[in-house]
Amino acid sequence: MKAAERAAVADAFKEIKERAESRWRELWHNKPVIMVGTATCGRAAGALEVLQTFRDEVKKRNLDCPVIEVGCMGHCYAEPLVIISKPGYPPICYGYVNPVIAERLLKEFVLGDNPCPEFVIGALEENDIVPSFTDFPRAQYEQKIILKNCGHTDPTEIDHYIAGGGYSALAKALEMTPEDIVDEVKKSGLRGRGGAGFPAGLKWEYCRNTRGRPKYIICNADEGDPGAFMDRSILESDPHSVIEGMIIAGYATGARYGYIYVRAEYPLAVERTQIALTQAKKFRLLGNHILGSSFNFDIILFQGSGAFVCGEATAMAASIEGKPGTPRARPPRMTTEGLFGKPTVVNNVKTLAFVPPIIRNGAGWLKSTGTKESSGTAVFALAGKIVNTGLVEVPMGTTLRQIIYEVGSGIPGGKRFRAVQIGGPSGGCLPEPALDLPVDFDSLRDAGAMMGSGGMVVLDEDDCMVEIARYFLEFTQRESCGKCTFCRLGTKQMLEVLNDFTLGQGKIEDIDSLERLAEEVKAGSLCGLGQTAPNPILTTLRYFREEYEEHILMGRCPALMCRQLIAYYILPDKCERSCDACVGSCTVEAISANKKRIKVIDQEKCVKCGTCLAACPPQYNAVVKLSPPSEVPKK
Amino acid sequence: MKSVSLSIDGKKITAKEGTKILRAALENDIYIANLCAIKDKAEPNAACRLCFVEIEGEEEPVTACTREATDGMVVNTRGERALELARTGFELLMASHPVDCANCPANGVCELQKIAKHIGGKLKTKRFRQLLRELPIDDSNPLFTYDPNKCVLCGRCVWVCRQRKETALLGFAHRGFKRVVTTFAGEPIGAERCLDCSACVEVCPTRALAFKGGEKGLGYRGWVV
Repeated sequence: MKAAERAAVADAFKEIKERAESRWRELWHNKPVIMVGTATCGRAAGALEVLQTFRDEVKKRNLDCPVIEVGCMGHCYAEPLVIISKPGYPPICYGYVNPVIAERLLKEFVLGDNPCPEFVIGALEENDIVPSFTDFPRAQYEQKIILKNCGHTDPTEIDHYIAGGGYSALAKALEMTPEDIVDEVKKSGLRGRGGAGFPAGLKWEYCRNTRGRPKYIICNADEGDPGAFMDRSILESDPHSVIEGMIIAGYATGARYGYIYVRAEYPLAVERTQIALTQAKKFRLLGNHILGSSFNFDIILFQGSGAFVCGEATAMAASIEGKPGTPRARPPRMTTEGLFGKPTVVNNVKTLAFVPPIIRNGAGWLKSTGTKESSGTAVFALAGKIVNTGLVEVPMGTTLRQIIYEVGSGIPGGKRFRAVQIGGPSGGCLPEPALDLPVDFDSLRDAGAMMGSGGMVVLDEDDCMVEIARYFLEFTQRESCGKCTFCRLGTKQMLEVLNDFTLGQGKIEDIDSLERLAEEVKAGSLCGLGQTAPNPILTTLRYFREEYEEHILMGRCPALMCRQLIAYYILPDKCERSCDACVGSCTVEAISANKKRIKVIDQEKCVKCGTCLAACPPQYNAVVKLSPPSEVPKK
Repeated sequence: MKSVSLSIDGKKITAKEGTKILRAALENDIYIANLCAIKDKAEPNAACRLCFVEIEGEEEPVTACTREATDGMVVNTRGERALELARTGFELLMASHPVDCANCPANGVCELQKIAKHIGGKLKTKRFRQLLRELPIDDSNPLFTYDPNKCVLCGRCVWVCRQRKETALLGFAHRGFKRVVTTFAGEPIGAERCLDCSACVEVCPTRALAFKGGEKGLGYRGWVV
């Protein structure tokens, strides 16, 4: 780039940045600001009603108090979340807010002087008034790089992103040579966050060095794992970080077009990303002559129609081309022959979101976080039997125990930890001894799981490992495209065997033949879906084999989960004569009182729905589950 | 065009650079089990997963249809690990194939029979459970019948039909175990759009597509579609 062009870029960006900063200052100047988290997690908990309440109240009272929508702060367990920033106070985050609480917060804190400590989750800064997030045990482990803006800025306002340093990496990148950028990303050790952990810089270099035009960048936002929601949250909360990363990737690899492939089932992510694209274009950060330079790059938002296999790069390219979303054999690599037969880089949402901070702060900065082979941070969606469900970002190398017990606050209800499922249907279940494993790409793979895109589902003593394996197999079997023999028929055969196990059927030899077939499906399948589909089986067999054996040999489900292998029973010693709660709750009239007014379940009629167990008052706790069903005492 | 020399099962072979192992082998009369390979299609289907071979210096078997032959490569098509994988793939196919050879028009010319013999695979599976789909047979075309139950989803008929871009009729529908070769919206295969060229029948390795009057002198053409 010539000096004159460089100067033009610098000038153009300076103007944009100054305007954004003045608007940002204006927003906070001498007035309270209310921020409502309205990402999907917040909306599911009622954030839109809370937002409306604040807006109505502010309007009714004619207050100078902006009410803005922000994304997900990661504390999804406490949604809806609201941050109120008021001069004289630190910004304070409130949780479990409903319209009634919202009204109180407005009256007592915004208009009055009571920060309502009873609703406080934490303040964003240390202070003498209310506890702050830095006092939480999790603060010691969390380090936010790509989730930094999430929940603190309005994702539909490009100025918020720019005022926080956004797009400065693009401006800086345009002054560098593409080769230098590729080098910087290579040196940073950034590995692909889609799961496999391929070095991102190397992928860019392959694409850059391949002839053929136009080149493409695809942002893979086809997140489909049950229990994973990292990519959705980032697109809903901070879409510009991904867009900026893509533009830089485009410049570095010589690409002309970018596609964001996002699931149509993520309507809010689609909407906010589209708004962000329109704004970036308006600010000349996207399109022809970006920031007045000679670099042209456009991004198209493409909505996928809910096929899990389209998360696989070659199937994704086929889908964008308008063909059925089935994978093809590799090589040729995507960087050689990708979308429309042209060199293409496919990067995950999180990988791209890492690019701007790397360019801003340099390769060494990312390298200083994480482990030697896996630099930077890992983002996980904590779900399942865990107190603090939500999004966390921790340096690579943090142990699973720290993530689950310190950041996630452990398992609710005093239950015992059973396993943690990492990486979704492609990942595996790791047992208690694996908890001290440092989390990075290689150690998880050695343990039989994989980083996957970052879903982390915690399982407790009530979760049956055979049923978990069956559940994930059912998912992959349904989502298999059916093109190749091993995945189409192998997953079906394995599912049939697992179905039998959860019914207490099958022979003990079936375990070995299941394991053999699982290894062969792994080795024989065409694409990543089939090659990783057996992982839930292989890891549960590796770590929880005795549970399989119990199912088959004793007809017993140790977690009391497999319905065919359990029976409900009312303990006569504990049953209270004057109570009829279970009788009324039973959906099939299987419960009756005997002469002594002790309730008895007719096992023939019982459909094992469990409502009696839920209905029995906790002071009696008379209903129990027994396995195998023959444990029920005969009269 | 440069050429490469390699050895397959001890036989010295030269092939054009960029040729896949499967093609190099078949053109030199070395048979490797395959169902979905198509000579004139540049990109391999790589769907049937039967053409596993072992390459000296590599730990895992690879599919011969996807791997390019390179200079000095030593290929073994009879390696036990490769054959084991191919047998499993084959047995999976057979577990979902209604095996009734005596009453099947393909008997004697069936590619599945040939493969079973070649790799030592089983036509009647003991290892897996029989999972049949029991789909209706389409008898609507005057020249041939289509029995989707016998179909192994190799995709040769779809490819050959699609060469006639204007009048192409066949395609895939559904996912996973339910994947099936069918027509648009599942209309009968004897519908007006079909030109009765019967090219699809000639390439079907299992006679899922079969002439009503027997073979008509048009034997199975194998991978040379």
